[in-house]
Amino acid sequence: MMNLVVIFFSFVLVNNFILSKFMGLCPFIGVSRNRESAIGMGFAVIFVMSITSVLTWVIYHGILAPLGIEFLKTIVFILVIASLVQLVELVIRKFSPALYKALGIYLPLITTNCAVLGIAIIAVDENYGPLESLVAGMSGGIGFLMVLIIMSFLRQKLSLEKVPAPFKGVPIAFVTAGAMALAFMAFSSSMITNLFPVE
Amino acid sequence: MIKELTKGIFRENPVLMLLLGLCPTLGVSGKFFNAIGMGLGVIFVLVCSNAVISLMKKIIPNQVRIPGYIVIIATFVTIVELMLRAFSPVLYSGLGIFIPLIVVNCIVLGRAEAFAGKNKLLPSILDGLGMGIGFTLSLMLIAFIREILGAGTLTLWESGSTVYRFVIPGLSEAPVSVLATPAGALFVVGFVIAGINAIKQYRNRPGKAARKGASV
Repeated sequence: MMNLVVIFFSFVLVNNFILSKFMGLCPFIGVSRNRESAIGMGFAVIFVMSITSVLTWVIYHGILAPLGIEFLKTIVFILVIASLVQLVELVIRKFSPALYKALGIYLPLITTNCAVLGIAIIAVDENYGPLESLVAGMSGGIGFLMVLIIMSFLRQKLSLEKVPAPFKGVPIAFVTAGAMALAFMAFSSSMITNLFPVE
Repeated sequence: MIKELTKGIFRENPVLMLLLGLCPTLGVSGKFFNAIGMGLGVIFVLVCSNAVISLMKKIIPNQVRIPGYIVIIATFVTIVELMLRAFSPVLYSGLGIFIPLIVVNCIVLGRAEAFAGKNKLLPSILDGLGMGIGFTLSLMLIAFIREILGAGTLTLWESGSTVYRFVIPGLSEAPVSVLATPAGALFVVGFVIAGINAIKQYRNRPGKAARKGASV
């Protein structure tokens, strides 16, 4: 149980996907200008990352490893993600038009979000179990959503400030994200293992 | 024809002008050698996938073209991954998860969709080569700044016991180590893009066109 808590905090705070692993930067820069789309994108990513990490665990340990074809994991995982995203889009459109309206336009973009393929590969490399994979996927997505929301507030504030002309737009967003990453460096893995010792 | 090659290097540079493929740019730019390795891997994947996609554009049905492109790209990425593991374990561990992530690099899929799916073989190969070189050059620029200032060294080659590494006296004893951290990567990329913007704005400054008009 403690193990899961450690994984959760590690992916949300210490090894945040955007700020310390640099995955999912394209949507981060793209949608963080607008709070509503930041939240929509964030929840869509949490959703897809949680399902992906469990599904790829099943496929890796159920099919690829017994057959000894682990080297095909990149091809198989990206296909799983691409079809999963399509499936999720279809299911949501059929059963929840309201949710589809909120998340619909972000779903196709998720296939090329490195964080999703990233969590699938990390979970396999770290030898996580099924439950650990689920928690890792979900917390990776939560960390992504959190940083996206913080960033949308910062960019809203920045849009009112006088920024030197060459820095307008993306460059100042990068520098701001750098400052945020600097602050997040205070969260270290030793801090979390001290707070939640694993028996 | 030459234009297809050069446009990716300067005017449509994928990283610094179009802001594509940012994740690997930040992730592997801590060491100059890693940047070169990543760049060569991406050039290989881009050229091969562009060539195959351009040859197969009539066979792949339009509705499933994106999954089709992704499978082709993933195949070449797996080739790169296996080759690196066999021949350069140092680079393989240095690049880590960013090798499989070439699959979702927006540059590769972007060129397949925007260029190779519509053009003939030779222009597609040149386009892939140019974009790949543009990506590599911007990666090398950022890695150059980060490694020299952040660690005080410049690693050109690393394989087993052969290491070519320049150590800059002074800087290596007291480096600006924040630039070696993830936060530093974001700072450097922000400042480099701002620098490019400043050059762009200087070249397009309003006074210039007016003066040109006056002299004519």
